[in-house]
Amino acid sequence: MLHEILFLFFAAICVGGAINLVLQRHPINSALSLVVVMVSLAALYLLLGAEFVGAVQVIVYAGAIMVLFVFVIMLLNAGAEEQSQGSRIALLIGGPGVALLAGAIMWLVTHSDKTIGNVVVGSMVSTTGGDNTHQVARLLFKDFLLPFEVTSILILIAIMGAVVLASRKES
Amino acid sequence: MTIPTTYLITAVVKIALVVFLLMTGVAYTTWLERKVIGRIQNRWGPTRVGPFGLLQPLADGIKFILKEDMIPDKVHRGLFILAPVLALVMSLISIAVIPFGEGLHVPVAGTDTQLQITGVNGFPGAPHSTDINIGLLIILGVTSIGVYGIALAGWSSNSKYALLGSLRASAQMISYELALGLSLVGVLLMAGTFSLREIVNTQAGFWLPYVPHWYIFPQFIAFFIYLMAAYAETNRIPFDLPEAETELVAGYHTEYSSMKFAMFFMAEYLNMITVSCIATLLFFGGWHGPQIPHLPQLLTDLLPVIWFSAKIFVFMFVYIWIRGTLPRFRYDQLMAFGWKFLLPLAIANIIVTSFIVAWRA
Repeated sequence: MLHEILFLFFAAICVGGAINLVLQRHPINSALSLVVVMVSLAALYLLLGAEFVGAVQVIVYAGAIMVLFVFVIMLLNAGAEEQSQGSRIALLIGGPGVALLAGAIMWLVTHSDKTIGNVVVGSMVSTTGGDNTHQVARLLFKDFLLPFEVTSILILIAIMGAVVLASRKES
Repeated sequence: MTIPTTYLITAVVKIALVVFLLMTGVAYTTWLERKVIGRIQNRWGPTRVGPFGLLQPLADGIKFILKEDMIPDKVHRGLFILAPVLALVMSLISIAVIPFGEGLHVPVAGTDTQLQITGVNGFPGAPHSTDINIGLLIILGVTSIGVYGIALAGWSSNSKYALLGSLRASAQMISYELALGLSLVGVLLMAGTFSLREIVNTQAGFWLPYVPHWYIFPQFIAFFIYLMAAYAETNRIPFDLPEAETELVAGYHTEYSSMKFAMFFMAEYLNMITVSCIATLLFFGGWHGPQIPHLPQLLTDLLPVIWFSAKIFVFMFVYIWIRGTLPRFRYDQLMAFGWKFLLPLAIANIIVTSFIVAWRA
């Protein structure tokens, strides 16, 4: 009972934050709304019983990536966006279009895989022994070691590329 | 599923007790700091209010509450108010997962209770759900959100000093968070768990006669990195560039007055207590300490908590001592130290530790 209340609470915050993200005019308000979305997602992971994923979600997305977003907005001192009046076609077709698209995606997802609709609170709690962290570690460093390492190298290359681009001397 | 009332009551009592003790601790840390710094600089420190100036924190608190709470005209009002709240709340939350001792038998409730506000426990009914605690990760996550308090304070103030201070603070915290996190990995590898309670329990006993089984001995490099990074994370001397008063007035809280300023102040001291708690738990055996015979029953029960507090006190004292001793870094020195020295050292420490752990297994 308590878990369902918590789920609805955080789900509502999550959706509310996402809508606010789009509606806000000032970039820093949008960025902070995105932080709210990230943190409430972490709470939802926690409710599923995936405590490691939840914690990492907060540390990586809310704590690192979004801080950089906010940092950049602060540095560039970006002001409130100017808004156009918007086209009438977008106003008329936009709402129903989004509803239709979301409905189609949900229908596809729930019908393509029967197990998805049956996820319940706490379903990620391990039943075979070893906690969540151990399971994630086993997957990453045993079963999917090669993809994991390749991804790391890809990210490393991206970092090096950023450094090269940033330090290029203008002649 | 119904919520057990005893659980709810003990949780509320624990929260109230811990918050009260922490706030008192924060108040008297400021007193201790002024006293010790005073003595280091051949002064007396506060002596007027109460014996030895002991009521000084109370007087400060009254003053903070009674001061006029000014909000400058051109600030971003919502975020200006939100920022100190965020900073204080995040530093309070991170205390929640810290275990202060082993279980304690409470005579009134007739049950045993853990000396910790909460662990993140699994769901009832699932097997192996008794203790899947990720306390350490929770602390890291919550403190990383605390950065927003400082960043937003500087930005919303609409003042160049505040903005520069908060940019420095957030850049510094992001940089040193890496070294801080990596320095803990060595201990985690040796302990094999994220649960703070488990980590402390693996440190019971002795390496050699009279040398306790604390991780400070095999992991002294990690401890050095942790200590440096922790000082930078809490913006204390020698890493207090965000508040360098000769350059930036008061850094990110320049525009704040009254209780809002006090909230930043309390958050900083709470963060100091939190990092001291983590250092104690991970490197200094937490609540373990020698048993003292012939004590009254109550003291024997509380002895672990007393040991824990004593260790935290040592760390707080070192904080103050260093503030009285060292000058401030230059900004480029700070960044170079973090990225070019601490970070590679932390990674090297992890590699060596993991080789040793793998070789032993």
